[in-house]
Amino acid sequence: MTTRSTKSKSNRVFLPGGVPLAPRHPFYSFKQVSMDLSFVIAVEVLYAVASLVLISAGLAVVFGMMKVINLAHGEFMMLGGYTTITAVGLGVNVFIAMLVIAPLVVGLIGLIVERLVIRHLYGRLVDTMLATWGLSLVFIGLATMIFGNTTTGISTPIPGFAVGDYQISGYNFFIIVVAAVLVIAMLAVLRGTRAGLIARGTMQRADMAAALGYSPDRIYMATFFCGSALSGLAGAVLAPLVGLVPTSGGAYIAKAFITVIAGGPSLIAGLLSSATSFGVVNQVFTFAISPVIGEVALLVAAVVLLRLMPQGITGRFFKGKL
Amino acid sequence: MAETVLETHGLTMRFGGVTASDNVNFSLKARELRCLIGPNGAGKSTFFKCVTGLLTPTEGQVFMRGQDVTGWQPHQIASLGVGIKTQTPNVMDALNVHENIWLSARRFHDSAEAKARTDTIIDRLALGAIARTELGQLAHGERQRVELGLVAVADPWLVLLDEPAAGMSAQDVDRMTEIIHELTRSAAVVIVEHDMQFIRSIAETVTVFHQGAVLMEDHVDRVMSDPTVRAVYLGKKA
Amino acid sequence: MERSLGREIIATLIVSALLIWLLPMVIATYTLTVLVIYGMLGLSLGLIWGFGGILCFGQAAFFGLGAYTYAIAAINFGESTVPMLLAVLVPLIFAAVLGALMFYGRLTDVYLGVITLVVTLILFKFVNSTAGPQYVIGNARLGGYNGIPGFQTLNVPGNPDAYIWGDPYFYFCAVALVIVFLLVTWLLRSSFGRVAIGIRENETRMALMGYDVAARKTVLFATGAAIAGLAGALFANWGEIVTPGLFSLGQSAEIIIWCIVGGLGTRLGPVLGAAGLAYLKFVLGQQSLIDNTLITGLILVLFVLFLPKGLVPAVSALWKASFGRARRRPLARQRRKARHG
Repeated sequence: MTTRSTKSKSNRVFLPGGVPLAPRHPFYSFKQVSMDLSFVIAVEVLYAVASLVLISAGLAVVFGMMKVINLAHGEFMMLGGYTTITAVGLGVNVFIAMLVIAPLVVGLIGLIVERLVIRHLYGRLVDTMLATWGLSLVFIGLATMIFGNTTTGISTPIPGFAVGDYQISGYNFFIIVVAAVLVIAMLAVLRGTRAGLIARGTMQRADMAAALGYSPDRIYMATFFCGSALSGLAGAVLAPLVGLVPTSGGAYIAKAFITVIAGGPSLIAGLLSSATSFGVVNQVFTFAISPVIGEVALLVAAVVLLRLMPQGITGRFFKGKL
Repeated sequence: MAETVLETHGLTMRFGGVTASDNVNFSLKARELRCLIGPNGAGKSTFFKCVTGLLTPTEGQVFMRGQDVTGWQPHQIASLGVGIKTQTPNVMDALNVHENIWLSARRFHDSAEAKARTDTIIDRLALGAIARTELGQLAHGERQRVELGLVAVADPWLVLLDEPAAGMSAQDVDRMTEIIHELTRSAAVVIVEHDMQFIRSIAETVTVFHQGAVLMEDHVDRVMSDPTVRAVYLGKKA
Repeated sequence: MERSLGREIIATLIVSALLIWLLPMVIATYTLTVLVIYGMLGLSLGLIWGFGGILCFGQAAFFGLGAYTYAIAAINFGESTVPMLLAVLVPLIFAAVLGALMFYGRLTDVYLGVITLVVTLILFKFVNSTAGPQYVIGNARLGGYNGIPGFQTLNVPGNPDAYIWGDPYFYFCAVALVIVFLLVTWLLRSSFGRVAIGIRENETRMALMGYDVAARKTVLFATGAAIAGLAGALFANWGEIVTPGLFSLGQSAEIIIWCIVGGLGTRLGPVLGAAGLAYLKFVLGQQSLIDNTLITGLILVLFVLFLPKGLVPAVSALWKASFGRARRRPLARQRRKARHG
């Protein structure tokens, strides 16, 4: 993600932590370097938060709106990645593949899953978890049979650029932008459109919505479609960063699950608050010690958070916000 | 002079901006039977939950037999020998009547003694016919009766009942009145209720709640004929 | 509760003896051993989930802890007796602490599942990253993703050269499973067990009766962990290597699937589910027509949709319908209640 650009290191002076000091006026160059460093760190933290938002959005929609825990969410992401790779292989522009085709395809798959399986299990939280876990295994098996076990991938389509002595991947910015657009779009649709209002109403009281003439069935279908599409989008966008294997979903589901549950009942406020909390913790520990400790710190933070706020963050703060 | 078994001093419960219980001073003597009445939202159930430990009061204290039990957990309060029956029946649906009651008896006695006491209570409450039926398969009135039996088998010295007559037929209510009278022989009983007929048939002293505070506390006849109480129930005054 | 404990013990012993005698004629003892071990692991989750109502997403954590504790202790002690004991104690203590944290915080259902899942992940990530030579406990290198090989396996207490392996090891494990099964049977019939089932049914009511629900759940949770730890130690001896995969989410998922397929709320269900599915996986692993994972997943989905009570209750119901006297069956609600906490 971030690398030091290679310059001549012959007469470098180094600050503690390995930050190089440029040989100019001490005060000015110190400020320059820490400004660069702060900027880079800020971007990294934003990126960590953004990727958590992306990873969790699909699951949040489906859980927040339908109280369904879709443990096949990680596999939906994986399928989004494979769809993108396949589409690109067929000559489609990579951005169209990522932002249009992958969400549509995975959304459709989600629709089929909803009609065949989820529909029969509404209200049975644990049973939906188990059934979707089974589905995740089915998808992993199918993907293995179709695409094989070896790692495939595509390179990041946006080149990096330099900030001072540091190199930032431009793709990170792209992801931050996508995440931001996503959140704004979700807010806009749910708050501002009629469809959003109907959906929110149904989620609160399906029987009342039905009494008013709206079909809860249709709304559940549409919501699950959107949630799956979001998962597909996330998987597609994140695919260029890591090699894709059929089991890639496993890395995502845990983080998404934790982020969504810790977020609490409010959809967007919960998602943003938990993604921010965990993203910051993750990056702080990654910078301070190591990426592995950063991951562990995220998990420990989750345990602590849930112990202190058993209903999730928005069970205690920001109550009532969307 | 009978001892005071239950007391609250300045009991207050606030939920955000709403004061559900407002500075309630309450006192109950041994083997006394008290009914708590009041319109919906008057704070009876909140008071009940604060006393039973299901809620921790924002302010004020609760004393049982002189001991400060404010903020205690429900199981700690129950361990003192307090019997509690909640508004919606809380029973073990997949277990049968005998097993439900046995679990209650077992808390304070060993296995064999618990079984003996369970059998006795089942006889007394005429539950013999359904003793091996699962609670989940019983009618509402029967479930309430089992829950009462569950409370009674532990030989409590203080019994707190939240709407015991709710959803019961007249015959069930009669049976329950008998049980409650038996309970008062050895325990102080507090009943939160809506059913006026039931209250009239059973009550002696009645405490009226209104907007979280105690409006009036007197003998049932005087309370029922009091104009303020009537206004509160019929909403003539704000 | 109608059949006396004595008769149940005798029946269990007779059936077990028969199986231990007959099965090795059909399946290799090497395979049978691991099936027995998985059976014990399934039973551990079946106990806390089916009877206690505690849905633990990370039972594999205790399995792995038991295995790793055994391996590390065996390398340091050079003899197997103390390591076996430690392998049961360490998961037990860990679970007691974790359980207290969760149950006294009044976490339920999904949130409990998340925390147990997270704990497994933490352990997995941590152990997986301990590859360097600086990660040592005594003489034992943790080995990271490579795991720990080459430790002292089960021996006759006091005599490190008298190994118990092969057929004798199978009998050892089988007997261990029978003993654990009988202990669980006894536990469930005891007051503790009956109170635990009451807690599963209605926690509030049990608390209102005066039972310290949090404490009891912690004890039950720790018991399940101890059994899983024992299974882990036996697994370490069988495989002669321990790897981080034992802590994995996948392993936890399998244990849950065993319980669902076998039948939650029964003692035999999880054991048979575990042994059966593990054997199925072994048989399927030898063909490459359809992917293994796909079949496991399909089985889980189909069972949740069509046979949510699992196999043992379904078979038992069929048996009673054909042969037994007319009896009320409390199973359906018990099952659902067990799963939904």
